[in-house]
Amino acid sequence: MSPVEIPMEKWTGKVHEVRLGGEGRKSIVVGGETTLPFLHFEGSIPNRVAVAVEVQDKEPADWTASLVSAWGDVLRDSGAWAKKAAEFGADIIALRLRSAHPEEGNTGAAEAKAAVDKVLSAVDLPVIILGPEVAEKDNEVLVAASEVARGQRVALGDCVEKNYRTIAATAIADGHVAITKTPIEINLAKQLNILVSDIGVPVDAILMDPTTGALGYGLEYSYSVMERLRLAALQGDAMTAMPMICTVGEESWRQKEAKVAQGVPASWGDHEQRSLLWEELTALSLINSGADIVVLRHPEAVEVVKATVNRLMSEV
Amino acid sequence: MALTGIEIYKLLPKTNCKQCGFPTCLAFAMKVAAKAVDIALCPDLSAEAKQALEAAARPPIRLVTVGAGERKVEVGNEVVMFRHEKTFYHAPGLMVRVEDTTAPEEIGKIVEEVASYGVERVGMQLGLDGFAIDNKSGDAAAFANCVELVKSKSDLPLVLMSNDPACMSAALEKVATGKPLIYAATKDNSDKMVELAVKYGCPLAVCASDGLGELAELTEKVSNGGVEDIVIDPGARDFAQSLTTLTQLRRLALRKSFRPLGYPIITFPGEAAASPEEEALLAGQQIAKYAGIIVLDHFSPSVAYPLLTLRLNIYTDPQKPIQMTPGVYQIGAPKETSPLCVTTNFSLTYFSVAGELESSAWASWLLVCDTEGLSVLTSWAAGKFDAEKIAKSVKEFDVAKNITHRSLILPGKVAVLRGELEEELPDWKIMVGPPEAMDIGGYLKQHWTA
Repeated sequence: MSPVEIPMEKWTGKVHEVRLGGEGRKSIVVGGETTLPFLHFEGSIPNRVAVAVEVQDKEPADWTASLVSAWGDVLRDSGAWAKKAAEFGADIIALRLRSAHPEEGNTGAAEAKAAVDKVLSAVDLPVIILGPEVAEKDNEVLVAASEVARGQRVALGDCVEKNYRTIAATAIADGHVAITKTPIEINLAKQLNILVSDIGVPVDAILMDPTTGALGYGLEYSYSVMERLRLAALQGDAMTAMPMICTVGEESWRQKEAKVAQGVPASWGDHEQRSLLWEELTALSLINSGADIVVLRHPEAVEVVKATVNRLMSEV
Repeated sequence: MALTGIEIYKLLPKTNCKQCGFPTCLAFAMKVAAKAVDIALCPDLSAEAKQALEAAARPPIRLVTVGAGERKVEVGNEVVMFRHEKTFYHAPGLMVRVEDTTAPEEIGKIVEEVASYGVERVGMQLGLDGFAIDNKSGDAAAFANCVELVKSKSDLPLVLMSNDPACMSAALEKVATGKPLIYAATKDNSDKMVELAVKYGCPLAVCASDGLGELAELTEKVSNGGVEDIVIDPGARDFAQSLTTLTQLRRLALRKSFRPLGYPIITFPGEAAASPEEEALLAGQQIAKYAGIIVLDHFSPSVAYPLLTLRLNIYTDPQKPIQMTPGVYQIGAPKETSPLCVTTNFSLTYFSVAGELESSAWASWLLVCDTEGLSVLTSWAAGKFDAEKIAKSVKEFDVAKNITHRSLILPGKVAVLRGELEEELPDWKIMVGPPEAMDIGGYLKQHWTA
């Protein structure tokens, strides 16, 4: 038999390992790869891709019926919701402080503290806390959340180009992890990681969100930017070597294909299966391009994506 | 693999005759290596040199055609590992498997359903590419009948699946003119399968699951037997195995120019999957990671549509986003009092906005600005969708001539442009629409008064 020599890449870089949780809370480590996703034959992939489940601090008014019925009554109570998410297999709870948004209730620090406290007491999983994505409110509620979660090493997000100082400083002060978010662009991602490092966040306390484009809505941009970021990391660029987090559920379920059941072309097929696949295919594609954490919405997607990651982790 | 300038120089006559238009053979060789000029400009190229250059110019992964006519599928000839390095050229064919043990009425139904399936996305009509007919019965007559039945219902490309050359021969007699892919030559039947492939001029799949060495040996044997159009099946079935093996195959072809494995790959995601959903996910992985032909065991629109969308995404040229021609578009039959929205010329953005306006039954005017094919936020971040650009487009396309009002609706994601735009367009009322296209209907209902 003619021998076939497989070309191997000799990467010099390594994705930073970032730990969430601890001190009585379950802890999880993401990152640490020394090769591209799941290429076990040429490098080490010490940590499994983590599945975070999105929990909101108020009942979502705009969720599609199939998503609402999959969760049921717990959507009204973030603590119960987090508990249920843990039962469904969540590795991490991603709490979105949505009620702080000026158009969603404009709640403040006190409500944020209560919501975070509720989730932290309901489950012993590691937690990610996301603001309403309005700079002023992010600063207000994330600082409050950070204080309540002191010692629990949660991830706080998002640090964005125009507003990163307060959140990053809070993460440093309370020993948390900071999430940097940039709009699908490799240089902006790197630059923000540098800025956040410069003010003192250690590299093992940064996750980066390169922004998720859902299937059919810019997925290919996220896919390629993430591949490029990961290649740069493996080539030794420490400022692109942060583990990547993707808000897959949020982006997938906002698209018409996932959201709308009636009045769409018959060729779109069964709504239930189509919407689930929309989330799952977005997740798997981004996992294959380097995601270390995917934030999901549908319980069934959680199960399927976890099972798929396990299959990909088994060495050939 | 492409030759370097020095390697090409060694093949040239080295006479510096200047007839090619360059001062020296070396200068000419450098230009040829950079693909700036054609080697044919050299008048004294020897036959051996020509042959060597042609061999070097052969693509590292052979382009193979399955099927004939308009719907034929061309796969292979990829040149990069990652789409951002250039682009992925030949999208994998998605085929649906039918078995010759299934009742004819049932087969007829599936074939008609798949063949007539079509879905529109960003102005393109997407569909599936053919059928893989599996000789499950092991019977030649049953296989031939089944193949004939499928052929009578659809002219899509076929994959004929049988390890028995006698069965394959019976099926080929019926459909060989359609240039089906013969699946598969194995180490036990390759001589006879090669014979059939040569006789009918059909592409041949080569299957070996005991390592790439065995597979390479078999493709060389098949190639020496006179079959050039080869598709390979390395036997990788599960998620991890498929990712690893298909990555290794692409690397061997591109990085090592390893000819014996420089062929497109056929996959069967259903064979290791526990459910149609899992099959869809594995097919999705294989669309991105290096399959040429994907045979699905199940068909339903709710699986086909996401997969076709994914294929379109991954095979979009990263250097050339799909763009709309800038200008003013009519949605429905707008009147002079109808709403005017502005957006970018990224096709997806356009289709999202146009689709929503249409489905919410708002006849309207849609001003599409030239943002070089970038979406709203991306183009804004890149400075290609600012107040100045919008104002310029309003004037350039004389938007005002269509309407009696002077209200312009901005995408909600660029609400920050409002102030500047009011300065640029002092006669206009600038309104801020919703951030997501799907909320346009509700927004207009609430805010538009004409």
